[in-house]
Amino acid sequence: MADGHLHRLYRHGDTPVHRLPAHVKLLALVSFVLVVVATPREAFWAFGVYAALLAAVAAVARVPARFILRRMVVEIPFVVFAVLLPFIALGPTTQVLGVTVSQAGLLAGWNILAKGTLGVVASILLAATTDARELLLALQRLRVPPVLVEITSFMVRYADVTTGEMRRMKIARESRGFDPRSRRALAVVASSAGALFIRSYERGERVHLAMLARGYAGRLPVVEVQQAGAAAWARAAVLPVAALLTATAAWLTT
Amino acid sequence: MHVPDGFLDVPTSIATGVVSAATIAVALKKSRQELDEKTAPMAGLTAAFVFAVQMLNFPVGVGTSGHLMGGALAAVLVGPWTAVLVLSVVLTVQALVFADGGLTALGTNILLIGIVTVLVGWLVSKAVLRLMPTKPTSVVPASFVGALVSVPAAAAVFVLLYMVGGATELPFGALMATMLGWHTLIGLGEAVITAATVGAVVAVRPDLVYAARGLQPALVLKGADGSTICAPEPIEPGAPVHGRSPWPVVIAGLGVAFLFAGVLSFFASSNPDGLEYVAGSEGFLERARDSAVGEFVLADYGEVGGVPVGVAGLVGVGLTILLGLALFGWIGRRGSRAQSTPPQPAQV
Repeated sequence: MADGHLHRLYRHGDTPVHRLPAHVKLLALVSFVLVVVATPREAFWAFGVYAALLAAVAAVARVPARFILRRMVVEIPFVVFAVLLPFIALGPTTQVLGVTVSQAGLLAGWNILAKGTLGVVASILLAATTDARELLLALQRLRVPPVLVEITSFMVRYADVTTGEMRRMKIARESRGFDPRSRRALAVVASSAGALFIRSYERGERVHLAMLARGYAGRLPVVEVQQAGAAAWARAAVLPVAALLTATAAWLTT
Repeated sequence: MHVPDGFLDVPTSIATGVVSAATIAVALKKSRQELDEKTAPMAGLTAAFVFAVQMLNFPVGVGTSGHLMGGALAAVLVGPWTAVLVLSVVLTVQALVFADGGLTALGTNILLIGIVTVLVGWLVSKAVLRLMPTKPTSVVPASFVGALVSVPAAAAVFVLLYMVGGATELPFGALMATMLGWHTLIGLGEAVITAATVGAVVAVRPDLVYAARGLQPALVLKGADGSTICAPEPIEPGAPVHGRSPWPVVIAGLGVAFLFAGVLSFFASSNPDGLEYVAGSEGFLERARDSAVGEFVLADYGEVGGVPVGVAGLVGVGLTILLGLALFGWIGRRGSRAQSTPPQPAQV
């Protein structure tokens, strides 16, 4: 989350993955992740298959590996936890490279690492091939309560404004010799947050008045509705169905 | 703090998802009271604000940094129900677009970051506010305490969830101690930033702080002849802070207390506490005489009478509550008697 620009996550393109309706992609992603999470962790080969499936999707969508790797830094805190698990978990121990570790902890660490990484990569692929605006329409089509969809859409609109405001304040702070590593920085960071809230809130009030003046009555009009045909559903189902077959095989063999 | 996929098993993820969805449904109804007709735009704006604030990292220890969760901050600024909505939206966007927090763990993340921190932060802040003088700046220390408690509370709930549906067996006491230790540090940073943020807003626009509603001092008007009159109190759109029943806060507090005493005490370490340990090793434990109630069935939290420790805990909490109610009732009666003398008109 180093930069708050939603549109930077999206890679413009015209591939079969980009063309799929957003709500179909969203359902495919959620069912894929559910299948991955439900896979027994001892079936090591199954996770290799999942990774290969995601790599195939990335290839079809023409999303380069470097782009995905750069976005994967959000996972780091939990990678640290997964690496520590073998050393702190209980139960019978085993020797790995001359170090005594817990067997259960080793498996659990692997479990978190594999499933977490697959989930992160799948979400990155969705974000890279779907516009944030389309994602909102997808939520609406999936019967998410309209108020929640509207709050989300306002958030997406304001996110750039707010983070832009914050970046300007950050540049102003740094040009005055501000050092974020010092403990005394807390007060400065906090008063910036306060100023950010007031600025954003007052700006929001002005925008709200402008919207009322243009006839806003609590609902945003929907301009276009993406229709999903049977073909689109079938194409999107390839990933979760392949994953489901792998998971079934994994259940049967372990 | 964003839990990734595969951290908790599927039943736990589904259960937390159901709890989160139900809470969001309630919040959708209740938030209309907090933000009237502006609900969607202003809640969206606050979501963007929380989203931006979560990027503010602060140092917690050697080489580690935490970032603001913003639950207590949002609750104090815009009200608890709107804050639940706001954090749920932020977490959903983070999971869908930023891959921050797993999709199957979205319910868990909303429960931990969006509901536990908001409700704990709000209830604690309100409780502290009750003990403070009635003025807008009281919100600042109240939000400090609220934020400080909210982060370890979320960490504790996480440990409980991990015990129920975690991938492996971990020593409960050690995990709880580590998580609480680190998150108390993070909570301290969260508290400092939250309090200072609220302070900055209260100083400029106290009307924007939800928790400060109804805390404004009465406007005193001074006539040309030197006479002073108190302007009538402005009518707030939300329910006024004063006169609101304290029972929800009390009942929620009781719930937490009973949970800790009745359930968590089973997991508590059976090792001697610090004093007992030192007493044993220094050889003065034997000198201690059993107290007069040493033979009572509940002595030593039930160990003497063979009562399960949880039951003993529940009885203990119940007794504490009765004592507390009696004490506060007595203080309350004294307070109202003292206030019943008519206040002197202010000299300005």
